[in-house]
Amino acid sequence: MRRILSAALAGLLITGLAACGGDGDKGTAAPPAGAGVDGVDDGSELTLWTRAPLELQAKALVEAYNASHKNQVELTIVPNDDYVAKVGAAAGSGDLPDLFAADIVYVPNWTKSGLFFDLTESIGQLSYADKINQGHVQAGTYEGKKYVLPFVLDLSVVFWNKGLYKEAGLDPEKGPTTLDEFKQQALAVQKLGKKDVYGTYFGGNCGGCNVFTWFPMVWASGEEVMDPAGTKSLLNGPAAQKVYSTWRELQGAGAIAPGSKDETGATWVAAFQEGKIGVMPYPATLLPTASKTVDVGVTAIPGVTGGGSTFVGGDGIGISKDSKKTQQSWNFMSWLMSEAAQVEVLAKNNSSVARTDLVDNQYSAKDPRVVTINKAAASPQSKTPVAVNFQQAFNAPGSPWVTLLRNQVYGDAGSLEKDNEAVTGVLGQ
Amino acid sequence: MASPVSTLEQQRSSPAVPMRGSKRRRRPRLTGWAYAAPTALFVLIFFVVPVVLVARMSVSDWGLFTGDRGWNAPENYQDVMDDRLLWPAVWFTIKYTVVTTVILLGLALALALLVQESSRWTGILRSSFLVPSALGLASASLLFYALYSPQSSPLGFLGIDSFLGTPSSALWSTVALIVWRFAGFYMLLLLVGLQSISGDVYEAARLDGASRLQTFRHITLPLLKPSLALCAILCVTGSLLAFDQFYILTKGGPDNSTITIVQLVYNMAFYGQNNLGRAAALSILILAALLVVNLLQFRGLRGRED
Repeated sequence: MRRILSAALAGLLITGLAACGGDGDKGTAAPPAGAGVDGVDDGSELTLWTRAPLELQAKALVEAYNASHKNQVELTIVPNDDYVAKVGAAAGSGDLPDLFAADIVYVPNWTKSGLFFDLTESIGQLSYADKINQGHVQAGTYEGKKYVLPFVLDLSVVFWNKGLYKEAGLDPEKGPTTLDEFKQQALAVQKLGKKDVYGTYFGGNCGGCNVFTWFPMVWASGEEVMDPAGTKSLLNGPAAQKVYSTWRELQGAGAIAPGSKDETGATWVAAFQEGKIGVMPYPATLLPTASKTVDVGVTAIPGVTGGGSTFVGGDGIGISKDSKKTQQSWNFMSWLMSEAAQVEVLAKNNSSVARTDLVDNQYSAKDPRVVTINKAAASPQSKTPVAVNFQQAFNAPGSPWVTLLRNQVYGDAGSLEKDNEAVTGVLGQ
Repeated sequence: MASPVSTLEQQRSSPAVPMRGSKRRRRPRLTGWAYAAPTALFVLIFFVVPVVLVARMSVSDWGLFTGDRGWNAPENYQDVMDDRLLWPAVWFTIKYTVVTTVILLGLALALALLVQESSRWTGILRSSFLVPSALGLASASLLFYALYSPQSSPLGFLGIDSFLGTPSSALWSTVALIVWRFAGFYMLLLLVGLQSISGDVYEAARLDGASRLQTFRHITLPLLKPSLALCAILCVTGSLLAFDQFYILTKGGPDNSTITIVQLVYNMAFYGQNNLGRAAALSILILAALLVVNLLQFRGLRGRED
């Protein structure tokens, strides 16, 4: 019996260790570039993972691809909070799907970890390679090799409630063009004194929300949030300080809805959608949803003295290191960059296109707000920040960035230098 | 005439048929193994193997995406001890455990005493107290998240500015959720204990002229100790391993004030550090601490029973 138990234990251990440390079939797949610019469409079954916030766009893209190709993509939507763990577990056991999308701020870490197939040659074959959103392309470039293309762009812009602006005596067609205007317009709505209506809102306990909405305020002011290597925080500059003081003044004036202080990001956009907020930075992908209940105005996120910027977020997509159908997977990625996908699927569904040459299209022309969003994405002041430790420094609960922003709005504003050094400490690890 | 006992002893000690005797002895032993085997296999697969794997991970440079890159002991353990959030998380977890255990057991006992006697409303009351236990903890946490959200909360009349916005309010708001979710469950355990106390004991106390308080103090509490100890062990272990409620309600905030030790493990593994080796090292330390706590609890319980 002892012998049987020992054998069973050893077997399980070996199986378990192998499962956790396996390399999969890395390196056995054909280079996608070998199949030309379009890849292979031979009726293969491909698997694709994406996270829940992009479900709408991902489903539309996959349905359109499946309807027009022999290859068939099977889409798996994973809850946002589980995505990193799921990808990590699959990467360890060599079970990643053929294609998977990743929040663009995590892409540098994932490319460094070798999760994606090298697509440098394939991307180079695309005639419009230089028109593809460069923020995403740069985030997906590691040591000179390109691994990722834009899947869905999620941009941050300023939304305002035209109805509340009219009531507050503001011009409902004119949003803020500077940080001070943003503050004044929020205060004007607050002065209405309407029950449950507030000037503005932000994710006071959410690192990702404020990366998405405050970084563009710094960029629009002509400053940077990190050094080019993504290892040093510059969040103590003059523009950043102006951003913090603006929000602190709004907080002091009672113009930020009370839920902000607890906001972990789960209900970040709800209050505006319910018509209770005057003006706030907001995800552009939610324009169709917010427009159902509010008359929405849209503009780029302003800087201290003007300018306009947006955080070019969303997800990048690549072929996984475990895929054996790389040439078929490239067929999907190549199609994804085509006019058929960008205009006839994404633009048609009010999403931003990922190619600058397709910004003005038949669908965006119908809604000037979409043109505003697309132009903001193409602005040189709009960026995708690149840092290997981005998640740990900014997005993770308890990150030093969350400590910094909370101190600046609610706590000891004098701790900026110390808090900024803490962010640098994590970025440089 | 020899007594039956002495005859049996003679048979047992008789060396007349040694082979058959040893086979007989072996058979019950094999039968015992056969009975224990399914459970032993279950424990082996679902406890021993994972623990060995985690121990192996804890001494390896094992990234979430990079896999095992070789032995690095004791680096992971050093990194865990140097983590700026470790001691705040440990102290918060202990504070939360003490607060939760005291309130939960006190309330559960009060509820159990309230519904101990059968009356017209007993069935409804027992069911009402128990219903929250049927809800998953994650679902209950989401429910309370909406309840605490200033945008959707029907609790505005309480005049509380922020349910989760300060360290203290976040702690108490989470304790309220846990008490609501678990009080009925512990009430049920204590009710079983209460009903196992014989009515004769209470009858005797009444005849001796004992007051209600005296009866509770000198009869109910001592006889209920095994049930209370079981509840305490479950509650302490559950609270030391708290995760879902804080992950959903506060994400460890505000200002890292509600990061529990298990949430720190999760952050190390999946959310931020992506370092399975470090997370495994902290898991091993938690396992060791839990073993000590549970051994002390069992020892205390056994001492009282003796």
